[in-house]
Amino acid sequence: MALRMWALRKSLWVYHVNVGACNNCDIEVLELLTPRYDIERFGMILVGSPRHADVLAVTGVCTRQAMPRLQELYLQTAKPCVVMAIGSCALAQGIFTEAYHMGLPVDEAIRAVDPNAIILYVPGCPPKPEAMIDAAVKGMAYLKTLGKPAAKASGKA
Amino acid sequence: MTTVPTQEGITLTGFVGEVIKRLGRLVVDVQQCQPRRGIVRIDPDATVEVARQLLAMSGSRLATATGIEVRDGIDILYHWCFEPEGVVLTVKALAARPELAIDSIAPVVPAANWIEREMHDLLGAQFRNHPDMRRLILDDSWPQGVHPLRKDFDQVLDRPPLPSAPTDGGGPKEAGP
Amino acid sequence: MSHRTVINIGPFHPLQEEAEFFQLYVEGETVVDVDVRISYNHRGIEKLDESKTFDQVPFVVERVCGICSASHPLAYVQAVEEIAQVKVPERALYLRTIVNELERLHSHLLWVGLAGHFLGYNTVFMWAWKYREPVMEILEITTGSRVNYANCKIGGVRRDMTAEQLQQIDRVCVDLVGPLDMLTKAVLDDPVLHARLKKVGVLTPADAKAYGATGPTARGSGVAIDVRRDDPYAAYDRLDWQVITAPDGDVFSKAVVRLLECFEAAKIIRQCVRDIPGGEIDAKVEAIPPGEGVGHVEAPRGETFHYVRSDGSNRPVRHKIRAPSYNNIPTFKASCVGLQIPDVAITLASVDPCYSCTERMCVALDAQTRKPLYDFAELVRLSQLKTQQMRKEW
Repeated sequence: MALRMWALRKSLWVYHVNVGACNNCDIEVLELLTPRYDIERFGMILVGSPRHADVLAVTGVCTRQAMPRLQELYLQTAKPCVVMAIGSCALAQGIFTEAYHMGLPVDEAIRAVDPNAIILYVPGCPPKPEAMIDAAVKGMAYLKTLGKPAAKASGKA
Repeated sequence: MTTVPTQEGITLTGFVGEVIKRLGRLVVDVQQCQPRRGIVRIDPDATVEVARQLLAMSGSRLATATGIEVRDGIDILYHWCFEPEGVVLTVKALAARPELAIDSIAPVVPAANWIEREMHDLLGAQFRNHPDMRRLILDDSWPQGVHPLRKDFDQVLDRPPLPSAPTDGGGPKEAGP
Repeated sequence: MSHRTVINIGPFHPLQEEAEFFQLYVEGETVVDVDVRISYNHRGIEKLDESKTFDQVPFVVERVCGICSASHPLAYVQAVEEIAQVKVPERALYLRTIVNELERLHSHLLWVGLAGHFLGYNTVFMWAWKYREPVMEILEITTGSRVNYANCKIGGVRRDMTAEQLQQIDRVCVDLVGPLDMLTKAVLDDPVLHARLKKVGVLTPADAKAYGATGPTARGSGVAIDVRRDDPYAAYDRLDWQVITAPDGDVFSKAVVRLLECFEAAKIIRQCVRDIPGGEIDAKVEAIPPGEGVGHVEAPRGETFHYVRSDGSNRPVRHKIRAPSYNNIPTFKASCVGLQIPDVAITLASVDPCYSCTERMCVALDAQTRKPLYDFAELVRLSQLKTQQMRKEW
């Protein structure tokens, strides 16, 4: 476990999933790859499979159709996997809370299948790329604390 | 030329007027005839014939269609655009209660395929002879017969129960050290 | 610098067992049918708008689609202005034009980058997105946000721009011409791209009309329709600019249209900065009478169409929203059938659907067994491999 935490400190692999977003957050996530923001300098890359992911970057309100898929995806990821809820929609369904096609909000949907899930909240509509980088860095710092024997806060070890 | 019934104060002039006159007796009422905007009501049994004629005109295309629940049924508004005149002609056909059905124009106008499926999902309008009337826009767990755009559907209080979470059958739980 | 994406190797993707978004049915190496489900992103916005007041609606609809985020509110307010017979002040019309053309610039550059990525030209991806940044920045400086501008209201615009900000916008447009030139030449002069993109994913003019396709999807088939010219709104009929078309209906033509439209957008913006009059920016509309109205604008992807019905209260009775991709995506039935699998990714991209919808949601299935074969990430990889192979053979 300690070795894994050490490896995570160096590079995070991010799997991005859109569960009903307007694409603003999604294109800002893609911005992170481009020369201006360049998350690769942190060792972070986007991966093509949830099985390789350390971070599940979720955008969108989590529609009814997307909800079971999101839960399935989360179960597929190797733990520990931090869920990064990006944007007002992923936090609490943004301006769409009253709409009829909503599933559970992202954090409730994930906690329904894993009550101990680690969830990072990145507010904004959309959050600026700087905010996402800040969140990722904070996430990495938090994961570091999990490696220490004393900090079994979330119960995952 | 057959006279087209128009509302008071409306004269059939300009490009819009010409198009309406060409539709002739298929039009039962003209609600608006302006340089770039027209609204007509047609006989609901004539949707396919009107669509065929409008599509055959040069520079026409079906932009989209709007379904609205009204007292007498579901009003289907087909919005046709004409370029380069920059005209939008809205053609209204009422799918009357209780059947709420009209003939689909999708066999003639492929652009109508999705939007008729959507109006079926959200309003319960029936489109006779639609080539592919499957669910388009509501999710798999949404019950049949519940139409969210109806006026008696409350978007918060009338939501159907959510789909259930998948059971834990996923991949590796934790990578080894 | 290469864009490192780890692609799941292997034909069977564990998640793609059921239809998500795009399904392509293949026999051998050839696509025989396409199907699309769109419930994934459905958020019920039309119903939601019936519970909002007229001036709350623009904030909702700019989140219909992030990349067309200036077009939806503009189409909506135009529909309501038609009902209320509002005369929008001149200055507001120019301000609307500037924001919408800046949006077109950043949207097309985004597309160029993605197309480059799908084809394996990752430098194009990086450059296109790098040169997008000044456009995003100037939008943030003038409207307050990189995306979601909240600049339109019924009767005008919410925020003015200072003379200095307008000069900054002008400078961004001037500075963009060089990079646009470079990107255009990178596409037009590259023989491998010609080989990859020409005659691929062809949409005939007749099919474009039958499906109601608009925007570069239609103009790339030689269909010369553009709402800005045909049913002018904002300040477009006061400015000098061209409708860009290309004749062949293939992916190459659509790429050419988008690239050349970037030059026109810069031209339009510079004219607006030069000609914008002073005066009010808001007609201060107080009540919306009963009636119905239609508003359509030329979004980067094509025509965005809104219909609004009012009953005299302060909420819309009905608000119909039709994004351009709704008519453009079904054209896949016409343009994808007969394609070879490595050409699928770029053909899907050529219609410019919202990136996220296609990214994870496209599956190629065997037509007989319905077994999943490739997901979108693999289709992109196959596309990139094909380019590599062609480069070697060239």
